[in-house]
Amino acid sequence: MAVEYITAIEPGVAAVPRLAARGVTVGYGDRTVIDALDVTIPPGVVTTIIGPNGCGKSTLLRTLTRLLKPTSGSVVLDGEDIARLKTRDVARKLGLLPQSPVAPEGLTVADLVARGRHPHQSWLRQWSSDDVSVVERALALTGVSDLADRPVDSLSGGQRQRAWISMTLAQGTDLLLLDEPTTYLDLAHAIDVLDLVDDLHESGCTVVMVLHDLNLATRYSDNLIVMKAGSVLAQGHPRDVVTPELLHEAFGLRAQVVEDPVGDRPLIVPIGRTHVPGLAD
Amino acid sequence: MPPRTRRQAAGPATGRDEVPERPGVRVGQDTTAVAAQPVGRSPLAGIVGVRRRRIVGLAVVVAVLVAASVVSIAVGARALSPAEVWHGLFSGADADQKATDIRLIVQTVRIPRTVLAVVAGIALGVGGALIQGFTRNPIADTGLLGVNTGASFAVVTAISLLGLTDPFQYLWFAFLGAALAGVVVFGLSSIGRGAGNPLTLALAGQGVTVFLAAMTTAVALSDKAALNALRFWNAGSVAGVPFRVIWPVTAFVVVGLVLALAVLPSVNLLNLGDDVARGLGVNIALIRTVGILAITLLAGAATAACGPIAFLGLMVAHVARYLAGPDYRWLVPYAGLLGAVVLLVCDIVGRVVVRPGELDAGVLVALLGAPFFAALVLRGKFKSA
Repeated sequence: MAVEYITAIEPGVAAVPRLAARGVTVGYGDRTVIDALDVTIPPGVVTTIIGPNGCGKSTLLRTLTRLLKPTSGSVVLDGEDIARLKTRDVARKLGLLPQSPVAPEGLTVADLVARGRHPHQSWLRQWSSDDVSVVERALALTGVSDLADRPVDSLSGGQRQRAWISMTLAQGTDLLLLDEPTTYLDLAHAIDVLDLVDDLHESGCTVVMVLHDLNLATRYSDNLIVMKAGSVLAQGHPRDVVTPELLHEAFGLRAQVVEDPVGDRPLIVPIGRTHVPGLAD
Repeated sequence: MPPRTRRQAAGPATGRDEVPERPGVRVGQDTTAVAAQPVGRSPLAGIVGVRRRRIVGLAVVVAVLVAASVVSIAVGARALSPAEVWHGLFSGADADQKATDIRLIVQTVRIPRTVLAVVAGIALGVGGALIQGFTRNPIADTGLLGVNTGASFAVVTAISLLGLTDPFQYLWFAFLGAALAGVVVFGLSSIGRGAGNPLTLALAGQGVTVFLAAMTTAVALSDKAALNALRFWNAGSVAGVPFRVIWPVTAFVVVGLVLALAVLPSVNLLNLGDDVARGLGVNIALIRTVGILAITLLAGAATAACGPIAFLGLMVAHVARYLAGPDYRWLVPYAGLLGAVVLLVCDIVGRVVVRPGELDAGVLVALLGAPFFAALVLRGKFKSA
């Protein structure tokens, strides 16, 4: 059955997890998607969840962000059961960007990012100079300051995604969970968004993402969580985790893993049925 | 965020034509330096400018509303001069019979209908904008909650079963019917698999509306008195309603407005999608319940007093979105004040066009509103909710 590929994450990283799932079982209606799963998100690291379609990646991310309630087990955020925390208190600790969010027509980038301050505001205290400086910083960090007055719906896909990430940054958390942040983006824009993720990581953020593209996942994360059929198949640094055997077991994909000519991570070269002279069945 | 030195430089934005230069992030720079204020004009300066424009716009709408109110007191079967209006409003003792007549016209006819037009207009405008925000549906209207048909059904049933003849007795039945319909629609949309889904709410509302409309027709066709009452009630009018009815209606509207104001910041977030709103700490079930309660109070009270006035909420919500933008903290006050202006103006026009008779305000809202609405559609001025 499942081979244990789980390896230690980078030495020197503190062992206290920011976020962890403890024996969570989650499903929609009668269908169980995740069964008694344990997973730990290490602090200060970019963690990427990968796995074949329908394996429960997004379900896991939604459970970690309290969007889905597990039928059993619990999610622990900074040592506390997330289900017992007020949703507003969670929002001050954990930023979340769902898959392909849509902004109302005409909403400007500045307005969108300003809405990220909601967990820090009350009806009486709507807007403070604190909010101004945090929003300005969020705009600058994501490189959308010059677009502040533009409607979100007029931006390109990559710019739009930066604006949304800027909004989650304005929440003032250093724990970000992004559900497929590169969906619908061409490769150049995807790289652009992931470079931004790396900038955030460098500035001290803990990031958890779901990605489809395996090579982008290995390039941009220090910790991979490989899922299959609702459970964790392997977890660890891409250098330790990504092997042809694992790819075959997780995805049913034949592939070679080679040295990346530009990066320091493994590069996955898929082998299909065609276009591979000498390797055909 | 703890300060950390960059391990390696993230390359500058070369070859990415659409990506603007990042003012804060520079090669080899400590990212915490980004926390410092950007030099020059703040990227948020635009927000301040927009806010100023919105305040000015709101002040203009308030001024128009005040002017329309004065006109509303002066215009009618007996036109009054400004001096006479002033006298009617503020004078205690009267010099002669003519002055007494003027005072009676102003205080028992013109002021009540003006006050009701303002109160009902605000209620329907705010209710219409809110229901669009909550359902994320740009063609949603307060009628969607079954409020109008609930009130109509209660009225014909009360007349048919209890033999009521005084319109002020069935006011309470209308309010009760509107509220019950709202609760049933909201309840239906909150149970089962699609719970809390805006689409479920719209479908439940449509189902209840069709059912109640059929029941109303069935009762009205079998009872002549009920049919007659329905004919007048259904047109939607702000005339002839005394203060003893207007005050309780106003009280309900005020409670609805307070609830509406309380949820406005959260409606903004609901518009980014339920997941984003949850992520930002919005208690969605609570906010949606309070919001639907507010809409039911606002639309139910207005409908009970005036009869169903279709289209007003839908129309002013779109005009407000065009004027104020997608921020519900501004859009909703705009919609409320515009609702009052439109209903008041329609009531005034209704008094003038078929003298010495009158056309009900509800009819004029549809008559004037539909072409205006069509013009907006043609010019592509609509924005999605």
